[in-house]
Amino acid sequence: MAKHILAALVENRPGVLARVSNLFRRRSFNIDSLSVGRTQRENLSRMTIVMESDAAEADRLVKNLYKLVDVVHVDHLHNQPSVARDMALVKVKASSENRREVIQLCDIFRARIIDVAAESLVVEITGEEEKLGHFTELVRPFGIVEMVRTGVIAMGRGSHTLKDQGYKPNRGRSSSRRSVL
Amino acid sequence: MSDDKAATNAETLAKTLEAGAGGSAGACEQANGEADIRAEAVVLTGAEIVCECLLREGVDIVFGYPGGAILPTYDALTRYPQLHHVLTRHEQGASHMADGYARATGKVGVAMATSGPGATNLVTGIATAMMDSSPIVCITGQVPTGAIGTDAFQETDVTGITLPITKHNYLVTSIDELAEDIREAFHIARTGRPGPVLVDIPKDIQIQTTEFVYPTEPVTLPGYKPPRRGRADQVEAALELIRESRRPVILAGHGISMANANAELAELCERAQIPVALTLLGKGAISERHPMCVGMMGMHGGAEVNHAIQQADLLIALGMRFDDRVTGNLATYAKGSRKIHVDIDSSEINKNVRVDVGIVGDLREVLRQLLDRVERRPNDAWFDRIAEWRADSELREIVRPADAPRHPAVSEGKLLGAQVIRDLFELTGGNAVTVTDVGQHQMWEAQYYQHERPHSLITSGGLGTMGFGLPAAIGAKMARPDQEVWAIVGDGGFQMTSMELATAVQEKVKVNIAVINNGFLGMVRQWQEFFYEERYNQTPMVNPDFCKLAEAYGIPAIRVTERGQIEDAVNATRAQAGGPILVEFVVEKEEIVFPMVPAGADLDDMIRRPTPAEFEQKRRERAAAKATPAETDAEPEPVAPAAVAGTRFGV
Ligand SMILES: Cc1ncc(C[n+]2csc(CCOP(=O)(O)OP(=O)(O)O)c2C)c(N)n1
Ligand SMILES: [Mg+2]
Repeated sequence: MAKHILAALVENRPGVLARVSNLFRRRSFNIDSLSVGRTQRENLSRMTIVMESDAAEADRLVKNLYKLVDVVHVDHLHNQPSVARDMALVKVKASSENRREVIQLCDIFRARIIDVAAESLVVEITGEEEKLGHFTELVRPFGIVEMVRTGVIAMGRGSHTLKDQGYKPNRGRSSSRRSVL
Repeated sequence: MSDDKAATNAETLAKTLEAGAGGSAGACEQANGEADIRAEAVVLTGAEIVCECLLREGVDIVFGYPGGAILPTYDALTRYPQLHHVLTRHEQGASHMADGYARATGKVGVAMATSGPGATNLVTGIATAMMDSSPIVCITGQVPTGAIGTDAFQETDVTGITLPITKHNYLVTSIDELAEDIREAFHIARTGRPGPVLVDIPKDIQIQTTEFVYPTEPVTLPGYKPPRRGRADQVEAALELIRESRRPVILAGHGISMANANAELAELCERAQIPVALTLLGKGAISERHPMCVGMMGMHGGAEVNHAIQQADLLIALGMRFDDRVTGNLATYAKGSRKIHVDIDSSEINKNVRVDVGIVGDLREVLRQLLDRVERRPNDAWFDRIAEWRADSELREIVRPADAPRHPAVSEGKLLGAQVIRDLFELTGGNAVTVTDVGQHQMWEAQYYQHERPHSLITSGGLGTMGFGLPAAIGAKMARPDQEVWAIVGDGGFQMTSMELATAVQEKVKVNIAVINNGFLGMVRQWQEFFYEERYNQTPMVNPDFCKLAEAYGIPAIRVTERGQIEDAVNATRAQAGGPILVEFVVEKEEIVFPMVPAGADLDDMIRRPTPAEFEQKRRERAAAKATPAETDAEPEPVAPAAVAGTRFGV
């Protein structure tokens, strides 16, 4: 068992996300996180999928993703040098007594405080999943009021880029279809 | 623009098309007429565009059922007489007919239905086509675009419902994308690993008009590129394994016939002297009378075939997917063998069985690559061993010529389902296209009707859909009117779609219907006998008089109750012209399909019919046990399921 990070380029067509998530459910893939967003190409979105599994299972997921017509390319980022980032917004309880302590922790983790209220702070923190884990463990004693994470996004280093297979949008395709949802 | 104007345009266009294509509906020829059509682009309704696209895809028959949300398209159909619409009696029938049509020809079958209940009724047929990789396109009406998501009357999320059971599907969102969506749907359905594609068209888009342009360049989808040739290094590795093997077996699946690789398969097995075992859908991949063909594998396959697989040192799996019905217990499956797997779908490789060499590609291409290099060599010792296993199977055989000595398990005068199929095979010279339903009769067909040609057995293998037989047979016959088509159905499954008799009558489809009536959901009864201590819960059926039922539809019917009547009945059926005809075979109620690998058991751990000698031995033991009743009244020992199989070891 290991952590596998897959990156997939998909066409922006209605229902793509449903197709991908249905695949996870239907073939019982255990997914840790999935994030979706736009790319530099108008008609392509990029998904980052993180799963805890053995290599054969990750391979099975790659092949099944390729079976989806709207999936243009899939890369197993595990097999190449890559960078991965996760982001969290954490609302931490912070009274006048312990506010300083929280701020110190934020400094150490290079986290930013983006909202200050009488009883709490909202902290923005970016980094590898592990770093976010450590940070939340350390602020937990102060009291985490709420928290949200984006899920991992990742990219190969240097010349390792996700091929778009010479992608050209189909004629007549650009008009009404933009959303992956 | 007014409706009339659109109609005129459609007529002009249809005429241009006909002229360009010389009256034929072939998709390629029609592409020639394209230039003129594009030169003076015409304005058409969405509904007309649907018809235009169908024509250009080479469609001649549409199986369907109308309703509110698809009515504009039904209205447009009146202006396209080249598209023959077949009114089914249930939308499930339409999807099975399209499937039968597709399987008989390799062409894409088309089903059409309205939104809501019409669309949901298609679902079983779509799932059936998906599991067996059958190319069909389903066109459904949808509520108008603005009403989507409001729970409008007869709204259902059919693209959502069919997401996991289609190869791909479309909800058309603009009339400007309609033609492209339909074109892609056909392309996706028929290429790569074929499968069903659904196109859901909101009613307003069917009514709107636009300038119709049909793209001439081939469909290109960035995320969809079916593989062709296998990787050279993997082909090389496969050849090496073949060279080193002493006990190889080819496992031939549906993919062989789908890729038109039948001649290549024959050449490969002849040259390298490799026995060929067939999956259920692989029947027809190679003639079953070919000396290299050993027969069907799996749960009800030949014992000699399963033994050969378990004892093999190399399995060469071609266009098959190691379904649990052919492998049995995976942990003990073909333990001592290396494995080569060739498939067009890369996700099939290493899915159920880990293989040594996996080749992704079109089977015909890959087999040609192998044939370039494969060496001739003898393999007699291996064939001799298989022949020994076969000799043992033959001892246990109950289906015998009328003048041969009876197996003692069969009492005088019994009409056996298995025998009916064997006689039908002989009387039709093995040349019919047979379409089965699901159950015991299906397995008897697989065991006793030997197929020579591809696409000559049409059966629901993957989903095992009862009710498939009759509608699929109608679709097959309409696709291949030149062929003799038999629907072989059980009394249970027949009643799931028997309303399609009316379709066969209305369309004057000459399909021969053999109802194998055993008064039971026979296959389930068999499981209850073996594994549920003979508690026949909900498997006996009170049936209608099938001959009278046929007659109510105006269909002639014959009832057969004895073996001696089979020949006359089959001959009369074959001679009958002009429409469907039904023969009811009233067969032995408690016949068993032997051999059987219980679900999850090892592939060579089969429940066998006893040999005559074993049978007599058991009979003597039983008689003796009865003569000396047990003296104690101790509890009888619990009986293991496998032992139960021996308690009624009759037919
Ligand atoms: C739609 C559907 N429902 C249930 C089943 C489970 N099933 C498999 S075989 C069978 C019995 C079929 O009985 P019949 O059609 O009379 O054929 P026989 O086995 O008697 O030849 C049943 C109920 C199925 N395959 N399909
Ligand atoms: Mg029955």
